[in-house]
Amino acid sequence: MRTIRIGSGAGYAGDRIEPAVELMEKGNLNYIIFECLAERTIALGQKEKLKDATKGYNSFLEYRMNHILPLLKDNNIKVITNMGAANVKAAADKTLEIANQLGVKGIKIAYVTGDDISDNLDFYADYKVLETGYQLKEMKANIMSANAYMGCEGITEALKNGADVVITGRVSDPALVIGALVYEFGWDADKDADKMGQAVLAGHLLECAGQVTGGYYADPGYKEVPNLDRLGYPLVEIDASGAFVLSKVEGSGGIITTDTCKEQMIYEIHNPKAYLTPDAIADFSKVKFTQEGNDRVRVENATSHGKPKELKVSIGYEDCYIGEGEISYGGANCLSRARLAEDVVRKRLNLIGAKLEEYRCDYIGYNSLYRDKLSTLPNGETNSEIRLRISGRTKDEWNAAQIANEVEALYTNGPAGGGGVVKRVEQIVSVCSIFVARKDVTATVHYLEVE
Amino acid sequence: MKLKEIAHSRTGDKGEISNISLIAYKKEDYALLKEKITSNKVKEYFSEICKGEVTRYELDEIGALNFVLDKTLGGGVTRSLALDKHGKSLGMALLEMEIEVD
Repeated sequence: MRTIRIGSGAGYAGDRIEPAVELMEKGNLNYIIFECLAERTIALGQKEKLKDATKGYNSFLEYRMNHILPLLKDNNIKVITNMGAANVKAAADKTLEIANQLGVKGIKIAYVTGDDISDNLDFYADYKVLETGYQLKEMKANIMSANAYMGCEGITEALKNGADVVITGRVSDPALVIGALVYEFGWDADKDADKMGQAVLAGHLLECAGQVTGGYYADPGYKEVPNLDRLGYPLVEIDASGAFVLSKVEGSGGIITTDTCKEQMIYEIHNPKAYLTPDAIADFSKVKFTQEGNDRVRVENATSHGKPKELKVSIGYEDCYIGEGEISYGGANCLSRARLAEDVVRKRLNLIGAKLEEYRCDYIGYNSLYRDKLSTLPNGETNSEIRLRISGRTKDEWNAAQIANEVEALYTNGPAGGGGVVKRVEQIVSVCSIFVARKDVTATVHYLEVE
Repeated sequence: MKLKEIAHSRTGDKGEISNISLIAYKKEDYALLKEKITSNKVKEYFSEICKGEVTRYELDEIGALNFVLDKTLGGGVTRSLALDKHGKSLGMALLEMEIEVD
């Protein structure tokens, strides 16, 4: 039976490139995916695009494409990525430009649009926002972006038409893998429930790259991971039956065991019987992992229960400001001085009339002030330092700045011996969601060719 | 005995919801986890952090529980005032839970 090999080259926007290159050179891959789109990324990208119409895609795109494109033809690999973010066309144009610069010939670049539904938001004005319970129209002034989580259909179409590089904006993370599998094996959620369940699981296990090969796993004395600094990224070997083996390039760092797979399968899912993706409602409740060899785990028995009737739309909006400040206190009685400092800041904010939506203080510390020898006090107390962190959420920048400034003012106006102040004021872009009818969202595929 | 001796864990986030897995190293210890670590127990354990309901899902085939904690991430990952906005460290706290074994 024909086996397809799909690797994962990135698990987040700023991920490393060497493990991806290693996979492309030594993994005997047919496809490599790069998942680079966190929830807020599109809203932030939209902001960049407004300033510069040629920006708004993943900021590592140039860096990655410079490494990836020269490897495509020799290794016969196709690339699928959501690095298009808020400006898929510009990402494709840039990729074409890089291919030309590098002299890479004979590749077809496809880009998928249709996820950006921000022009149609008036139609959903009365829709209830999942997180806040407000109607969408009440938030209208602050909305920066609205993107539907599309399924794999655009990716599959692009591959059918011979694309070597497929760039999308917002699609579900596993769709990057499902798109290739549906193209290769013709699976359909209505007819092939088990196979589509396996496809979603393959995508889910790959989408965070190193998190299934020993990343986010090591715990000295409990869970050992060899050569974590050389962590290899995963690949799946999958055939038309839907069963697959998860593995990595021999000699790379990290580890693949049934335990790393279990941790990653449950990561960011809620009900294991109904993991919602646009391509299928997956059911992982009966999944079985079998250690087949060193760093090789066989994965089977996922299934699915049809496609959801609605698609989730992620809406980015200008939400609030956060102001924060930190200061360290050391030596005996440091916690008391940190508490006094906190008391001063809280009273000062009240006194100057700063308006806070929420307030928080934290006490942090180990050996940053006195290194190791002096960090255990002669009286045996190991809490030789406390770093006070005060943060608050506000509606505007001025109020956020007051929090940061009052922490800084502790230098000369607070308890004895405060040091190492940092302060920060940040505008916060948040995301919320609505659900829209599937028919409202249509993927369109465009092509660019390097002769 | 601490949970850490018989189980491992990973924490994920979605908006204001945290999900914490609890996976038995050995299949035979799963029954104990299932019996002792109820959703109420987890809710009580994280009472200072989790302000919503806790739902427990059981994955019998692999010997794991998945706890879904609503209203736990300080209003959501983007606007939380916490240092660990994603709550990624929460699973390690769960593993510190003491359980009594007969």
